[in-house]
Amino acid sequence: MQALYAQLLVGLINGSFYALLSLGLAVIFGMLNIINFAHGALYMMGAFCAYFLLNLAGIGYWWALLIAPIVVGIFGMILERTMLKWLTGLDHLYGLLLTFGIALIVQGVFQNYFGSSGLPYAIPDELKGGMNLGFMFLPVYRGWVVVFSLVVCLATWYLIERTQLGAYLRAATENPTLVRAFGINVPRMITLTYGLGVGLAALAGVLSAPINQVRPLMGADLIIVVFAVVVIGGMGSIMGSIITGFALGVIEGLTKYFYPEASNTVVFVLMVLVLLVKPTGLTGRAA
Amino acid sequence: MKPKFIAQLLLGTALLVGAAAGARADDKTIKIGVLTDNSGLYADLGGPGSTLAAQMAIEDSGMAAKGWKIDLISADHQNKPDVATNIARQWVDVEKVDIFMDVLNSGVALAVNNLVREKNSILIDTGAATSDLTNAQCSPNTIHWVYDTYMLAHSTGQALVKAGGDTWFFLTADYAFGAALERDTTAVVIKSGGKVLGSVKHPLNSSDFSSFLLQAQASKAKIIGMANAGGDTTNTIKQAAEFGIVSGGQKLAGLLLFITDVHALGLKVAQGLNFTETFYWDMNDGTRAFAKRFSERSKNKAMPSMVQAGVYSGLIHYFKALDALGGNPHDGAKVVAKMKEMPTDDALFGQGSIRADGRKIHPAYLFEVKKPEESKGPWDYYKLVGTTPADQAFRPLAESACPLVKK
Repeated sequence: MQALYAQLLVGLINGSFYALLSLGLAVIFGMLNIINFAHGALYMMGAFCAYFLLNLAGIGYWWALLIAPIVVGIFGMILERTMLKWLTGLDHLYGLLLTFGIALIVQGVFQNYFGSSGLPYAIPDELKGGMNLGFMFLPVYRGWVVVFSLVVCLATWYLIERTQLGAYLRAATENPTLVRAFGINVPRMITLTYGLGVGLAALAGVLSAPINQVRPLMGADLIIVVFAVVVIGGMGSIMGSIITGFALGVIEGLTKYFYPEASNTVVFVLMVLVLLVKPTGLTGRAA
Repeated sequence: MKPKFIAQLLLGTALLVGAAAGARADDKTIKIGVLTDNSGLYADLGGPGSTLAAQMAIEDSGMAAKGWKIDLISADHQNKPDVATNIARQWVDVEKVDIFMDVLNSGVALAVNNLVREKNSILIDTGAATSDLTNAQCSPNTIHWVYDTYMLAHSTGQALVKAGGDTWFFLTADYAFGAALERDTTAVVIKSGGKVLGSVKHPLNSSDFSSFLLQAQASKAKIIGMANAGGDTTNTIKQAAEFGIVSGGQKLAGLLLFITDVHALGLKVAQGLNFTETFYWDMNDGTRAFAKRFSERSKNKAMPSMVQAGVYSGLIHYFKALDALGGNPHDGAKVVAKMKEMPTDDALFGQGSIRADGRKIHPAYLFEVKKPEESKGPWDYYKLVGTTPADQAFRPLAESACPLVKK
């Protein structure tokens, strides 16, 4: 029984990454209608950004949490302005192919310069150590990841679903011409939204840097699972992607305990089941 | 017009004669194929570095001066046996590759081993770990050069049990290599009087090991044996530190670690780990000289891993055998037989030999990773703590299930 609690908690930790990444994807898909395959590469860039800040500029973890998402977010906005913008109104497939190509290029460049084994990034001193919870030893850093990503997820949800700005955004997706008639700069809003989604990916990257090696392929390994999460939760649904992210982390954690060999595939089995029963995803609305 | 035409005709005939001569026994062409993981989790320990090592072996061999023409090609097998087999088949049938080098990843190696035998080509495997390559699956076309799971299990396993680590729990990569390493280590642990409390299999190339580590922690085993490699091992070690496994009194045993892994982890995390290798760049003047030249030409100035060193050493011996044969017969089994006849001797692995089962033998070294304050500079990572002599390091022929071994 104790082992079970421990696995549940570990599942929540992984779920935090799934939630943060799938949230960014959902925001981008919901507002821009782009299936952002570059998300994993941008997540990796976030981790590398934290590494460079520490090793080249001596800027530590806490500032990296703020600076890396901004830097990578700006990179994302440049991508949107120079490339993705031209795909508005075209079939989803074009955006998918373009972002997939960008991901391959970015990963290839990083792999060329930094190899595949990755670079070390230490846990910040304030979050070192752990607590004995009776049923498991919880590293402080992992606890921090769960709490912090939960807060970020809820804040993003609030921003989009409950504020004036969010209302403009949602309106702009529904009918951009009408929203523009009210004097709102829709293209700029879309660029900023892409930047926000990308920033969330970079933030997840910084959070994961101390846990995993900072590796060029860290995003490629994760992104496929995250896409499955988004499909299960329903494309474009903000709350859906947050809840599914955490839930799938837990389910995966339990699989690692009961039948570890299947832990890489369980998410996809679930995806197939959900698609068979409810093709729009658990919380998705029919397009 | 006419004399020119005749001259052309003569030239053409001369070329034809030359080409026909090329197909005879004194043919001095060689084509080498480095088949490895160029982009995945093992790319740093083999990958482009293996191709560089092959290039250096070609340059150092002096074969060109003796009239040999050597081609080198390389491909990425993506750690997928089916991809590897397709490339290998094309290499033999279309590219006319004479010899396969590196071929890391045990799953890939077993597949290529079969194909190479069927096509009478040559495989010098320097990267795969499974000891089956020279046991039940042994072949007259394959030489297993650097290390294997039997050797790793005996050297590291025995040393740890002797030091009091008599209860074990395994974290095992879920494919041919992990299974072989766990099997061979379990045998050693039990034979030395220890006990295996359990094991958990994780998928290849996992990023999160916390669930598996919690199970290892709960087993209360004194030693957690990591039967995995590359990125999987570095992530396990890093996350074990986070979960307080080492500070809780359990010890991690890296059954297969490479210098590139230690470099990626940093000494702060890796210090104190014990593991076995058969090559380290800072062993003697010969290894240092090679490593210096290698590092200057490699990406990120990396030092050679034992896999990459093996590619160099294996090719040097292959060239010697061909030179002794006086030409390339393009007959894999014949060349391998010649290689087995000749003693091996090179700057990296010293003197050794190749046994009937295809096992190349040389000493095995038990290393400990230095503390950060003990390291004098970049890549100064290992302390030698024990040596197993060549004749004891690998599976005794008496225990072999290889049909090539006459008993």
